[in-house]
Amino acid sequence: MTTSSITKRAAQFAVIALAAASVTACASRPQPTTPAPGPTGPPPSTQPSTPAPPVSQGALPGTQQDFVINVGDRVYFDFDSYSVRSDAAPVLEAQAAWLNRYPAVMIRLEGNADERGTREYNLALGARRANAVRDFLVSRGVSSSRITTVSYGKERPIDPGTSEDAYQRNRNAHTAITSGAR
Amino acid sequence: MRLRILFVALTAALLSVGALTSPAQAQIEVDVNRGDIQPLPVAVPGFRGERGAEIAQVITNNLERSGLFRPIDPAAFIERDLDIRYQPRFADWKTINAQGLVNGEVTVDATGRLTVNFRLWDVFAEQQLLGMQFTSTSENWRRVAHKISDAVYERLTGEKGYFDTRVVFVAESGGRIDRVKRLAIMDQDGANPSYLTDGSYIVMTPRFSSTSQEITYMALRPEGSSIYLFNLETGRRESLGSFNGMVFAPRFSHDGGKVAFSVERGGNTDIHVMDLRSRSTSRLTTDPSIDTSPSFSPDGRQITFNSDRGGSPQLYVMNADGSGERRISFGAGRYMTPVWSPTGEFIAFTKQAGGRFHIGVMRPDGSGERLLTTSYLDEGPTWAPNGRVLMFSRETPGGAARLWTVDVTGRIVRPAPYPQSGSDPAWSPLLN
Repeated sequence: MTTSSITKRAAQFAVIALAAASVTACASRPQPTTPAPGPTGPPPSTQPSTPAPPVSQGALPGTQQDFVINVGDRVYFDFDSYSVRSDAAPVLEAQAAWLNRYPAVMIRLEGNADERGTREYNLALGARRANAVRDFLVSRGVSSSRITTVSYGKERPIDPGTSEDAYQRNRNAHTAITSGAR
Repeated sequence: MRLRILFVALTAALLSVGALTSPAQAQIEVDVNRGDIQPLPVAVPGFRGERGAEIAQVITNNLERSGLFRPIDPAAFIERDLDIRYQPRFADWKTINAQGLVNGEVTVDATGRLTVNFRLWDVFAEQQLLGMQFTSTSENWRRVAHKISDAVYERLTGEKGYFDTRVVFVAESGGRIDRVKRLAIMDQDGANPSYLTDGSYIVMTPRFSSTSQEITYMALRPEGSSIYLFNLETGRRESLGSFNGMVFAPRFSHDGGKVAFSVERGGNTDIHVMDLRSRSTSRLTTDPSIDTSPSFSPDGRQITFNSDRGGSPQLYVMNADGSGERRISFGAGRYMTPVWSPTGEFIAFTKQAGGRFHIGVMRPDGSGERLLTTSYLDEGPTWAPNGRVLMFSRETPGGAARLWTVDVTGRIVRPAPYPQSGSDPAWSPLLN
């Protein structure tokens, strides 16, 4: 997946967001949450050259893009650990708030591990991570009936590298929206 | 479907070889337990007849790959076109220091049946050690070559061979973040590879039954995981059911009557066992830690497994009913994937220590730990049916996983004869 397709999609959202804003100008809309810059999140993508009339771009509230961009769909873990870290808690708080605002949304929590372990142990470890996130969200009022969990173990790294930074990114729990988003 | 290979030892009456009348002790032998062994020089000239050269080549490759034999380059051979009805000219083979000599003859009859006669000679003792005949269909010539390899290996080492076997594994393709994993099977020498799944979902950890041509494996989809039985002869595939949680790490008991596996519920992973006849499942561990990678002892009375109940992953042994759990690994590092050897003598494992991964073995009581390999990432040993060789997967940093083998002494470490990316190998029992 390339930056160009992402920026293209972002540009489409900007147009949709603009149209939506003009229609629902009087309706009260939920405040978009500030993007939580996770210390280990992916670096910001390069912005396209700004067109002449400046438009504020953003994802339509309640959409999957809104969740991914404005809330954050991934939290990270320490080596062989499934404790929710202090930098992950605000992201999960925001996920819970968003999910409580959009109660039709169903999610799948996907636990992931780095490659520094065996396949079977890492499946179990990824399951622990997915369940740690599940427990956090449920404790913040998200119904457990909206949540399924799965572990990919070390089978679905998001960073192909072999540095400690890459391992760190691959130790995560991903919140995937399976249905109910706008 | 597969035709059986007829196994016929030639009787002395068929032979006109004088040496056969003196059944003296063989003077050449290979001690598989010695770590510092020099490979035994052997000569395997092309067999006479159709496919004879190819059969000799398969035998040569098998013997060479074991690390116990050093096949001599045929260019050095002095005596040519040997006739199995006569003794070889021993002096010619002594000259090139061939200690063992395997020669043979292939005939194919009008119905297409292939018959291979071969002899194994102790060159310096000037004695015949083996004279045998195999019969099969002509397309089955590779298996005949593997049977001959096994016979030679057994005669010279005193241990059963492992060449007439197959390996089921996970064939990998694609990049590291979009890897495609397909169940695959090949002969142990890399021949006849074929895929068993289409790659539309992740497959992991296939394991052979030690009594039949049946495997169990795990499939992982976004909706969850399943474990399957797959009969390779009938093609029948069957899910072991739904377990209300992730299910993984299946492995047969040695009699094939049970499958042990892990079930994860609410983040807690425990070991369960299913009786394949009654389909009843019982839970063997209840600890709130990760309990996975179960492997039965050959007598079926014990199970070794991996648990982090002590704070890091270590190896444990329990009775087959879940009682009597005890830790057996105590070295520095993390111990995973214990696999009981077919002889019961050892437990092989993956060890992670100091940023490296190792394949190692220890005795079932935890004594005698030996690390056989070291690399960036070695993982998941499987035993050849004779308990002398292990196959495992190895990854270099950023590279694709490859299959490797190591002998139980740790002396002979080499890539398995599969030229592409593969992981999670599982060795079959000897074929019938």
